[in-house]
Amino acid sequence: MTATIEQKPEAPSITSNVRGYAERVRGGDMGALPAVLGLIVLCTVFAIMRPSFFTAVNFANLFTQGAAVTVIAMGLVFVLLLGEIDLSAGFASGVCAAVLAILLAEQGQPWYVAVLAAIATGTVIGTVLGVLVAKLGIPSFVVTLAAFLGFQGLVLVLVEGGTNISVRDETILAISNNNLSPVLSWGLLAAGVGGYAAIQLLRARKRTKRGLIADPMSLIAIRVGALAVLGGLAVYALNLERSRNAALVSLKGVPAVVPIIIVLLVIWTFVLRRTAFGRHLYAVGGNAEAARRAGINVDRMKISAFVICSSMAAIGGIIAASRASSVDPNTGGSNVLLYAVGAAVIGGTSLFGGKGRVLDAVLGGAVVAVIENGMGLMGYGSDIKFIVTGSVLLLAASVDALSRKRAAATGLR
Amino acid sequence: MTPVLELRGIDKSFGPVQVLHDVALTVRAGEVTALVGDNGAGKSTLVKCVGGIHPIDSGEYLFEGKPVQVHSPRDAAALGIEIVYQDLALCDNLDIVQNMFLGRENKRGIVLDEDTMEEMAARTLASLSVKTVKSIRQHVSSLSGGQRQTVAIAKAVLWNSKVVILDEPTAALGVAQTAQVLELVRRLADQGLAVVLISHNMNDVFAVSDRIAALYLGRMAAQVKTSDVTHSQVVELITSGRSGDLGLTNGVPA
Repeated sequence: MTATIEQKPEAPSITSNVRGYAERVRGGDMGALPAVLGLIVLCTVFAIMRPSFFTAVNFANLFTQGAAVTVIAMGLVFVLLLGEIDLSAGFASGVCAAVLAILLAEQGQPWYVAVLAAIATGTVIGTVLGVLVAKLGIPSFVVTLAAFLGFQGLVLVLVEGGTNISVRDETILAISNNNLSPVLSWGLLAAGVGGYAAIQLLRARKRTKRGLIADPMSLIAIRVGALAVLGGLAVYALNLERSRNAALVSLKGVPAVVPIIIVLLVIWTFVLRRTAFGRHLYAVGGNAEAARRAGINVDRMKISAFVICSSMAAIGGIIAASRASSVDPNTGGSNVLLYAVGAAVIGGTSLFGGKGRVLDAVLGGAVVAVIENGMGLMGYGSDIKFIVTGSVLLLAASVDALSRKRAAATGLR
Repeated sequence: MTPVLELRGIDKSFGPVQVLHDVALTVRAGEVTALVGDNGAGKSTLVKCVGGIHPIDSGEYLFEGKPVQVHSPRDAAALGIEIVYQDLALCDNLDIVQNMFLGRENKRGIVLDEDTMEEMAARTLASLSVKTVKSIRQHVSSLSGGQRQTVAIAKAVLWNSKVVILDEPTAALGVAQTAQVLELVRRLADQGLAVVLISHNMNDVFAVSDRIAALYLGRMAAQVKTSDVTHSQVVELITSGRSGDLGLTNGVPA
């Protein structure tokens, strides 16, 4: 048979890639575009209104401020991918942080035991939630709403009615308070950019060799170049001296949470994009019945998603405990959950399931951190912050719903 | 030549309701067998019995001449029987390759072997002379109804299947797309597969089928060569279970 599928309507080039992207955006598949644009607009506005926003100190603050919410949002992406929701992720992180603090402060356990116990607590929580949703068939909204209240009470029980437990372990405190040395910071960037370039080039070469369509070299160069430039600027800014009194104590380098977030991002992106497990998550989120007929165990996928979400919430809780140097009844409470869901959705993860990336959580987390930070600098209180963040979440959800409608109309999704 | 799939004396009840009475069906390689019948005649139940979704109460199930036990869709797939249901069961948010390999991905270690899957998918689509899709990395959501049907059929033949059962593949399609899908159905049979086509549309049935099996109220009214019957005879078989000396006499096969 000589007929071949028309795989190469045009030679892949930058123009065809740009055109393809523009078509997708017009068709409603905006991806991370709103988050990136929002980030640029917000940063510009805040930088003009409050020059102190655009300083090295504040730039470094953004990372430590946004880290916990970002990590929780990364976990939420997995649940949202299935079209489910976890409203208890915030207080789940609080419960896990309390477990960590109790083991450190009251039991005198070493940090790694406490960290493992906190993450194990998250895994157990996720298993219970997942089983209730998948096996009993209770809507996840109700299960996690109940857990939201229950965990709020559980945190109170653990910290014994409203006192707070200080965290003094140096390793835990280092997560949110220490910085990498400037040399190590540059090394990290070089490794990151080099690794990214190597993966892209190897994949392109392998595909070209087999006669498949590969990304053009120019596009790879642009991607790697953009990463190098943006990363370089960030590392340069973070390597500036941030201390008011540099002679007394020096404060420079990339905050230690950044490599933690990058490692989590790389691991989960690999799981979602390169493993059968990730593929099946998307399939269940896209069409659960089709996935079931393809032999995928839908219940098990649901339980796994909740386990990942709650375990990531535990890591978020550890980061929060490190930043506050303590755990109190409000750890993981108030606006943490709203911010985390907001981060995932603002980044482009759909509330309807089947669409989303872990990177979305990081981009959305940045937007949330910038809003929180910038509004604080402008001197607004919690009242205005709540209203604005709520509005931004609603806006993101509207963009999601509208782009879905538009996609249905144009046949692209 | 031994038929690929042969059913004899199949009975199937759901509680007190007997849906299939003593049904016999023969499906041969290289032929399109049209399965026709009015609503409620038992077409879907029969297909689900073949696919292992419903266990049969009694009767013989022969595959390539040998009696087999089919208890689950997995058993049917292992024999090489693939069913394309009317709702297609495709994931809109995945691309063509991802859909074709869903649940049976090629892996190297724990990593998906995308390149091999892409090549195999491209080869399968090429062997079916599918030329209408722009890129096999397109999301299924951007495909037309006919293209989706094509992907679902390609997914079914990807696995060296021997019997492909299509449940009303043209029901939701326009004229041009129907022609495309029927052409594809014919090509499958010409490549040596046994194809079972469930359809309500007499034009489609006469356009592609080699044999027609007509169900009437849960009984096989007749299984005839398409060239031996006329349009109106088939309609009579569907609506009254008999036509001249063909079909059921007093509700029992002649």
